[in-house]
Amino acid sequence: MKILKLIIKNVFRHKLRTFLTILGVAIAVMAFGLLRTLITSWYAGANAAAPDRLVTRNSVSFIFPLPLSYRDQIARVPGVKSVTYENWFGGVYIDQNHFFARIACDPKTMLAMYPEYVLPPDQLAAFEKERDACIIGQKLADEYHFKIGDIIPITGDIFPGQWQFVVRGIYHGKTPSTEETTMFFQWDYLNEQLLKTSPTRANQVGWYAVQVNDSKDAARVSDAIDALFANSSAETKTETEKAFQAGFISMSSAIITSLQVISYVIIGIIFLVLANTMIMTARERIREYAVLKTLGFTTKHIVGLIFGESLSIAILGGILGILITFPMAAFFAIGMQSFIPMFIVEPETLLLAGTFAIAVGIISAIFPANRAMSMQIVDGLRQVG
Amino acid sequence: MAEPIVQVRNVTKIYKRDTMDIPVLQNISLDVPEGEFLALMGPSGSGKTTLLNLVAGIDRPNNGSITIAGSDISKLNESDLAKWRARHVGFVFQFYNLIPVLTAYENVELPLLLTHLSKAERKQHVEAALSVVGLADRMKHYPKQLSGGQEQRVAIARAIVTDPTIIVADEPTGDLDRKSAEDVLALMEQLNQEFKKTIVMVTHDPQAAEKAHKTRHLDKGELSQN
Ligand SMILES: Nc1ncnc2c1ncn2[C@@H]1O[C@H](COP(=O)(O)OP(=O)(O)O)[C@@H](O)[C@H]1O
Ligand SMILES: [Mg+2]
Repeated sequence: MKILKLIIKNVFRHKLRTFLTILGVAIAVMAFGLLRTLITSWYAGANAAAPDRLVTRNSVSFIFPLPLSYRDQIARVPGVKSVTYENWFGGVYIDQNHFFARIACDPKTMLAMYPEYVLPPDQLAAFEKERDACIIGQKLADEYHFKIGDIIPITGDIFPGQWQFVVRGIYHGKTPSTEETTMFFQWDYLNEQLLKTSPTRANQVGWYAVQVNDSKDAARVSDAIDALFANSSAETKTETEKAFQAGFISMSSAIITSLQVISYVIIGIIFLVLANTMIMTARERIREYAVLKTLGFTTKHIVGLIFGESLSIAILGGILGILITFPMAAFFAIGMQSFIPMFIVEPETLLLAGTFAIAVGIISAIFPANRAMSMQIVDGLRQVG
Repeated sequence: MAEPIVQVRNVTKIYKRDTMDIPVLQNISLDVPEGEFLALMGPSGSGKTTLLNLVAGIDRPNNGSITIAGSDISKLNESDLAKWRARHVGFVFQFYNLIPVLTAYENVELPLLLTHLSKAERKQHVEAALSVVGLADRMKHYPKQLSGGQEQRVAIARAIVTDPTIIVADEPTGDLDRKSAEDVLALMEQLNQEFKKTIVMVTHDPQAAEKAHKTRHLDKGELSQN
């Protein structure tokens, strides 16, 4: 450990080169961290799903509706505690770039089944009272500066027309992993409009959310519900909320896979950056290594010098990278909160990034260390340096 | 008289470059008695450095034996040889070979890091060695802040700080101006006279050789008596 001083002095011998290498490692670690966070956040919704909630949808596809009349039939299935229903509304607010989820729901049963949405009682009352009322998540309110009483105009696409919703409540997530970026409005409002404009589309829901008494019962209840509507014109597919969301996610699995590939490509790039620096460094110092060996230092010492230097750079870069990941993630989180409600850097992600940085530090040192090991002193001394 | 401290016996050294064999030393024998100051001369490429490297234990002969202070170093393995060098050899190079990121003090301290000396003991030794070479006031200087002559004196301090059995010097004045060269030679002479160090010095400077007790010439791989 007496050579520690020499390691430190070596690290800062070429200040600019070292600085650029550390910066390169840091940026790569940060990029890796952000990509992994994007991936973990993508799955976070499925992980936050409650085990006692099922989703019943049209067996053909999520985009085909189910009759409202199923509600009472589902409610009578043994083991079912409660039923609520929702419609994906779609629509455009300002333009396509201002995306957030808009869902038609039955206020009372929906909020009862999703206790993770916390809404003050007076706001709930106001939400239920007015047909065109809506509630929005706190993050959505923050992003668009919506206040209670504001009117949100939406141009319909799935449900054509000009729509207006009055903000009557702002909900909070019970836990940090609860999304706060959705707008919920009254299903009855949607249905009443449809009865007027296109009655054939009225009295239909996008999906049912079903709460069971006992989550161990989920499979049996799912089968019972689907059996109920087998051979009807709208057969159902019931699965746990988690499976439902996972299915939703897997639609984007090609994107996720490419993100994963890119995140490993980034690790490869850190390796190239650092290995390049270490190879250059060790080549320049061959003569010094020969001098040290002449003085009686062993191969072990020389290898220690090279690994120490490589690891120092990797660790400094790794720490810097992890530190800059947080502000960058916060920045991303704001920019993308409507698409990815939960952009939270997981400790596992940082651990992974740090581990990779250290691994890269070790691997980058192998080639130059090997060269220094096989070097004969007399050949090293002959190098003009 | 006692055993010569350096005994080179029938040493042959052949370098292999690709498929070519380059014979450098052929059946060389050389004795250096303790306390001697020997100059090795000879034309460039005659194998002076090669012979010196063999004596210093940083290269191995193809044949023959090299015994220094009673131990046959051609039989030592790599790590024992490294320990042996640290204990017994002080090496002075033509181009000083100081570590540029270390101060004069730290450069001289380097060989002591391999010993069990405490920090305070190391300090004593380093300061003593630097005052012998007249650079006690330059301890904090980095090599690039020193003149060539001063760098070489720091290198000599590094070579003597462990109190080695022999000092080997490969053209120590080869890169110096006349004045600095004289200082360095005077220092070598002092090490020999005052501190009774055995010195083997390669040079092709006749003035340098004059300081030595004895001069041997190496030519075409053979050593001639002088
Ligand atoms: N490591 C080596 N590999 C191959 N050839 C070498 C090596 N070291 C020395 N030689 C060759 O051995 C000969 C003697 O070299 P050297 O001992 O350096 O001579 P001198 O010091 O007398 O100038 C030269 O021809 C040189 O090219
Ligand atoms: Mg030479």
